[in-house]
Formats: sequence, C-alpha cells, structure tokens
Amino acid sequence: MSNTIKNITLKIWRQAGPAAKGYFETHNIPEITDEASFLEMLDILNDRLVTEGKEAVVFDHDCREGICGTCSLMIDGQAHGPQRGTATCQLHMRKFKDGDSITIEPWRASAFPLIKDLMVDRSAFDRIIESGGYITAETGGAPDANLIPIAKPIADAAMDSAECIGCGACVAACPNGAANLFTAAKVAHLNRLPQGQAERYSRVETMVETMDEHFGSCTNHGECEAACPKEISIDVIALMHKDYRKAKFANRKDLARS
Amino acid sequence: MSLTDQLLAQNTVQLDSKIPAGAMADKWNTYKSDMKLVNPNNKRKFKVIVVGTGLAGASAAATLAELGYQVDAFTFHDSARRAHSIAAQGGINGAKNYKGDGDSIHRLFYDTVKGGDFRAREANVHRLAENSVDIIDQMVAQGVPFAREYGGLLDNRSFGGAQVSRTFYARGQTGQQLLLGAYQQFSRQVGLGGIRLFNRSELIDIVVVDGRAAGIVVRDLVTGELTSHSAHAVVLATGGYGNAFFLSTNAMACNVTAAWRAHRKGALFANPCYTQIHPTCIPQSDDSQSKLTLMSESLRNDGRVWVPTNPDETRPAHEIPESERDYYLERLYPSFGNLAPRDISSRAAKRAVDKGLGVGPKKNGVYLDFSDAINRLGREVVEERYGNLFEMYERIAGENPYDTPMRIYPASHYTMGGLWVDYELMTNIPGLYAAGEANFSDHGANRLGASALMQGLSDGYFVLPYTIGNYLAPMLNKPMPGTDHPEFKAAEAAAKERFAGYLAIGGTKSPDFFHRELGKIIWDYCGMERTEQGLEKALSEIPALYEEFKKDLRVTGDSESMNQTLEKAGRVDDFFQLGMLMCKDALDRKESCGGHFRAEYQTDDGEALRDDDNYCHVSAWQWGGDPMKPVLNVEKLDFEEVHLATRSYK
Repeated sequence: MSNTIKNITLKIWRQAGPAAKGYFETHNIPEITDEASFLEMLDILNDRLVTEGKEAVVFDHDCREGICGTCSLMIDGQAHGPQRGTATCQLHMRKFKDGDSITIEPWRASAFPLIKDLMVDRSAFDRIIESGGYITAETGGAPDANLIPIAKPIADAAMDSAECIGCGACVAACPNGAANLFTAAKVAHLNRLPQGQAERYSRVETMVETMDEHFGSCTNHGECEAACPKEISIDVIALMHKDYRKAKFANRKDLARS
Repeated sequence: MSLTDQLLAQNTVQLDSKIPAGAMADKWNTYKSDMKLVNPNNKRKFKVIVVGTGLAGASAAATLAELGYQVDAFTFHDSARRAHSIAAQGGINGAKNYKGDGDSIHRLFYDTVKGGDFRAREANVHRLAENSVDIIDQMVAQGVPFAREYGGLLDNRSFGGAQVSRTFYARGQTGQQLLLGAYQQFSRQVGLGGIRLFNRSELIDIVVVDGRAAGIVVRDLVTGELTSHSAHAVVLATGGYGNAFFLSTNAMACNVTAAWRAHRKGALFANPCYTQIHPTCIPQSDDSQSKLTLMSESLRNDGRVWVPTNPDETRPAHEIPESERDYYLERLYPSFGNLAPRDISSRAAKRAVDKGLGVGPKKNGVYLDFSDAINRLGREVVEERYGNLFEMYERIAGENPYDTPMRIYPASHYTMGGLWVDYELMTNIPGLYAAGEANFSDHGANRLGASALMQGLSDGYFVLPYTIGNYLAPMLNKPMPGTDHPEFKAAEAAAKERFAGYLAIGGTKSPDFFHRELGKIIWDYCGMERTEQGLEKALSEIPALYEEFKKDLRVTGDSESMNQTLEKAGRVDDFFQLGMLMCKDALDRKESCGGHFRAEYQTDDGEALRDDDNYCHVSAWQWGGDPMKPVLNVEKLDFEEVHLATRSYK
C-alpha cells in the first residue's frame, strides 16, 4: 500500500558548464508517494521549475530499469544512494522518510569532466573498451556455437562480471578516482572464456594502460564493490593484475626474440 | 475487386518490394549470388552514416567498417552502449534445433508469420529465420556468455507462440549481453579508425538531393550546434515509437523523430497502428509514474497467470483456494496455456480486469504466480532462472515474488509498424535504409517474444552489409553532394528555426505535460482495443491538444547548451504528428489482426477477426503536408508458403 512522504528538502548541485562556478540549490518537495522512484521525484521538481520559468536540473537517465547505466548521482555522498546493489533509477522513495534532507551531486572524478548540473562525461570508459575490451570476431565465418563447450561455472563467472552496466559508480566512489573495477570486470569476462584466450594478454595490457592514462590508481579501498549496482566482486581486479603481470613477462620474451 | 486491389490502383508511390524470384528457401541465396559487389579496395571510397547504436545500428556499423566502408555513427546517448536494446530480458530465438525437439528454419519462419497474424512479408521473415542460426554462432564467437548446461553446451527455453525450445538467453539480461557484444565489436572499429563516433548527437533532419538520401542534420546536445553530414547512404536504426503512449516500457529518450523526419522527407510510414502491448509489466502505481517496467515473458515458462473468481475478493493471494481462482490462459488456450502469444495474453488480462477481477490496490493487475514452480523445482532453481527479475520486481513493487505472486498488466512495449522498406531494407528514398525496430517488415501485426533481438542483429550483421553494397556499386567515382549543397543549408536553417520556435512560445506548460496528455488519448483510443467512435474522438482531441501545444508550451533555458527540456519539446512535437497517423491507420484498417484489435471485428469468442479479402496488405502512408492528411499507399501481401488461416492457440 502506498504512503505519502512529506517535506523532503533537496540540496542539488547546479553548475552551468565545466568552467562555471557550481553551487547548491535548495528545493522543497512538500509531499510525494513512496511508490515514486527517486528520478520521478526529480521529474516532478523539473516540471515545477519549467512551469515557474526556471531551468530544469540536468541529469543523465534513460531506461529506468537499472540496466543501461546512464543514470548516476551521488546521493548523500553515496554513489547511486543508500540501497545496496541498486542504480539510482531503481531507488524508490520508500527508502526515505518524512523531513529528510537529501544532497544530490554529480559523479566527481577528474576522468569524468562535468557537462552541466548533475551530468558528466564518461567517454573515458569507451576509450578503455576501444583499446581492447572485445574479442576479435569479425562478422561471418564463426564456427557453430556448440563447437566449444564451456563449463557452466566458467560461463557463470564470465556472466557475473559481464553484468557491469558501465555507470561509473565505481570511479565516483573511489577516493583515487580509479576505474579498476570497470576495467577488470571486462577483462575477467573475456579472459575467462575460451574464445578470449587468443587476445588474453594483449587485451589486458592495452586496457590497463589506457585506463592508467585517464584514471587514478587502485589502492584497495574496496569502495567500488560497495557502490556497484551489479555488486561485481573486487576479486576481478586480482585476476586483472595477475594477467597484466603475465602479459608484461610475455612481452619481454617477445622483445628478446626480436 | 477487393479493397486491396482498388487501393493498389490508386497508389501515388511505386512500391516495389524487390522480393527475389524462386522458391522461398532459395530467395536470399539467390539475392546474394546476383547482387553487385564493391571491390574491397573501393569500399573505402564510400561513406555510410548509421544513426543509432542499438543492436541493429551497432552491428551494421561494425560490419560495414570491417568490410572497409567509412562509417560515421551517431547516437544521442553519452555512449554507444546505452541503447534500449540493452533492456531486453528474455532471450533471442535461433532455429538451431539443439534440443532435437523438431525445430527448423521453416518452423521458425512459420511461427513468425503466424504469430504476426499473416501481415508480415513472407520473404523477409524467411531470411530472418535463416539468419537466426548465424547470429547465435556470431555472438558466441564474440564472447556473449549465454546460459549453459552442465555439459557446457548452450541452454534453451521456450517463449510465447512456440512449441519448441529455441530461445537462447543470458540470465534475464540477454539484450544487455548481446548489445555489449555488438558494442564491443563496434568499439573495436572506433579504436581502429573504421568508425567515427558522434555521441550526444541527435538526428534532426534527413537531407534528400535529387531523390537520393544525401545525409543528415544533427544537433550536438551538449553545445546545441547544428551540423550537416553527407554520405553515400544513410541507415536509420533508431528504434520504435512506443513512447507515443507516454507510459511504456521504452526508455525515457526513445522517440520517433528520426523516422518521422524521414517520413516528412518522403519516406512512407507503414502500419503505424501495429503496436505491441506486452502482457507482463508491473501495473501503474501512481499518476506521477514516468514509465512502466517489463517483467520478461520468459517468466511465463514457470509462472501461472490467474485472477480470483470473485470480484469482491479481498484476501491475500495465498489464502484464496484453488477452486476460487481462474487460470484463464490455461482454461482458454489449453495447448499454449500461459505461453499464449503476447497480443492474446494482453487482451485476456484486459478482459479480466475490465470485469472487475483485477488484483492489487488499484485492482489493475492479474497475478503471475510462481508457487507451483517453487514447489516443483525448488527455490534455488527458480532463483537461478529469474533471480534478477524477482529482485527488480521487489525494488519497484515493494513485494517479494517468492512469497506473494507478482502483479502484472499489459503495457506498450514494441512497435511492429515503422518505415516502409523493401527486401533490401531500403525505404522508398534511394540510399535511405531502416533497420531493426525502426522498419516494419518482419513481425506483421504482432511480434513473438525473443524475435526483436533476432531481427535487429539479422538486419545489422547479415542483411545491410550485403544490400548496401548492391546500392553503392554503381555509384563508384560519381560525385556526391557535399554539406555545402543548398538542401543541407535549408535543412539546417529549418532546424534552427524549429528549436528557436519552441523557446519563443513562452506558454505555461512543460513538454512532459503535453506528452502525458497525448499519451492518455492514444492509450485510451488507440491502445489495446480500438473502435471507430473512439478513434474519431482521438482524431479530434489530438489536433486540439496539438494546437494548445503550439500556443502554450513552455521551454526554459537556451539552445546553446545542454537543454533536456528543449530536446523533449522536439520529440513530443513529432509524437503528436505520429499520434494522428496511428489513429488514422487504425481507423482505416477495418479488421482486427495481432496487436490491432478493433472491437467491431471479433469472433464470437472475442478473438481477432481478420479480413483477408480486403486487408491483406501493408498500409504505407505518405506525408501529405499536414499530419491529418496522409496519403494511403498499399503493398499487397502474397502468401505462397504459409497458407492464410485463422490463428488459433487453443
């Protein structure tokens, strides 16, 4: 049964552009049903702002099913807010209570420059994937799908890390702004599979080095795992490190040969 | 003389479907043997624009770049990985017959034609079924982690409208895994320089020069800048128009603008009234709701749909005895049961709720109950199959489906209609292609589950890379109009004026307000059940609301920086015009078929009643200069392989 939550105070980060000065703007939501999602609350606020002739708060969002990874938001200092394993778009107002004051900020990381208000540019993630986050299998000529059996535990483990939605919460939550969980999730997905073996070591090397060009370094805080809406385990980072170390040795051998 | 033949004689546009000659099973091979080729070294002399980076767009762009074409890809998202293909849950069909249960290309073809209520183009559907097999191979080679059995081989499950297990899946996130596979292949080409990616860039207009597609005008959503881009061919892989209903399972940004702007430039829009209302969505909970969430159809493999027999029932579900429950799908459609196709299941749910048998606080849903499956298989197996869907349900509805049955109700989910395309997926504007949900060709009047992913990937991986070459080959070394051509300049100027216009109105209501009101009209009169009277009413209410939109819209901010209110205004404007066409088409089609159910045309037991003598055709509408005055063209549908029959799932 639905209940009404009363008197919510929102402190929202407003910033006209990357070079502009940012500030917090306070808005009151007199009442809202607890069935509403967090982003629906922002929709209602934006509708009010537009009707009053003011500019709507800019924020990224799309599928509202927790799968596209477009939504972001630091809610009271937590990436995607207080509910574990939940993206902002799946957070509902029933997690809040009468009189709550909620602070909403954008992802803050130097690799994610701010665009406007709560929206940031996460293109650096795409650069990591472009550098090696794939299996080279050009269209046409693929062998029968059942030709290579894959043990169920391996397929399941690959799927666990393939679930990453690329939202950037891991980077936003990390005190160093590191993207190790994001990068390692893709490395673990592909490096675990038989199809991914041919490029295993070149993949991990180019991805890690591209990651290092954009993002900070990992010092094992574990904040990323806690913030991940898909609850991807930090263990994948160990797997990435192991493969990266091996890749470096393999490359030295290649150098000696040439 | 049938109505179809009369209408054919009145066509204003030459509609050549270009179906190759020969037996159904040979047509695609014949086409591939006969098509013109572009020499590998000449491919780099051609530029192709691909708009949209969902399954169809990403797979087309990646494959075209691998072949050597220069590809410019556009997405309005921040990244190519966000498109709404990502939200598909249940799976993808492939006629692999790995289960040895009698599946074949012919059977998938047959099921799809029948599922579409005999309103799809047979030759396209057969090609789709043929390609389904290669898609599974391709995606596995790319590392898509499909579900596997303990022996390491691929697992399958069943979907609505089929009596075999041919659906491949990756937990409840099949769309995500397939899209990420295509996105990775796409990203590889971005890294190699084969694709130039333009993100946060929305298509605003199509440019046609001398009757051919010459390029597009896009708006940079971050800076508001309008720019022109020219190419030898343009592919629109821009999805469907389900958000016309406002409340739908589509993502918030899904819109019809690309297809609609192409329509206004001369591309025909086919079967706009064929919209799919998906039976298993979480019912609306309040008026501020922004979207509805789908619960995968795969849940109907193990979930049983029921309502209480007593309209005044107040007990919680588990206290209602078996004798006071109506498992209406199992009762009405014994051979397909809970796996009856989507249109049929949706209407059955609507009938139950309309009779006052609905459940939940608003009595606006039916139960989807897993208690039998949990007893039979154990909680662990159910959790493994549907765990993430159950979690999603609990987050949204606040109830745990392991203990309390889910409540579900139909919602707008997919649109079978779209831009008219020929066998080559080319619209009637030469050089302009439409792929995936943006075109109309493969699903007829109703799409079967797990077939959208299949079609997107078939179009992008295995159709366009061939058919575009056939178009480009004769154009080698011929001059191409550049972006300094007056048509580009005119399109840019019109776009600039259009956006300045929204900002200048200075009314009192937001674009969202109008979208919500428009959606209500379309849902009430052009939703799950349509009548002549209702559609007439919609056709007077929509233009009236549109006039108000033009006078009383308020858009704040400016057009030189990120302005989501302004983006929305442009999309809602196009939904208004499309809404009128949807109702016109629904009014014009005086029969019921698939997702188009006209209350006047039904059998004694309430099933859709087709009129094959007069409506066995595609209605392809031409822009008539005014959204209320579209011009009808038809393509006659011939059924050589599958005989026209009443669709029965009893």
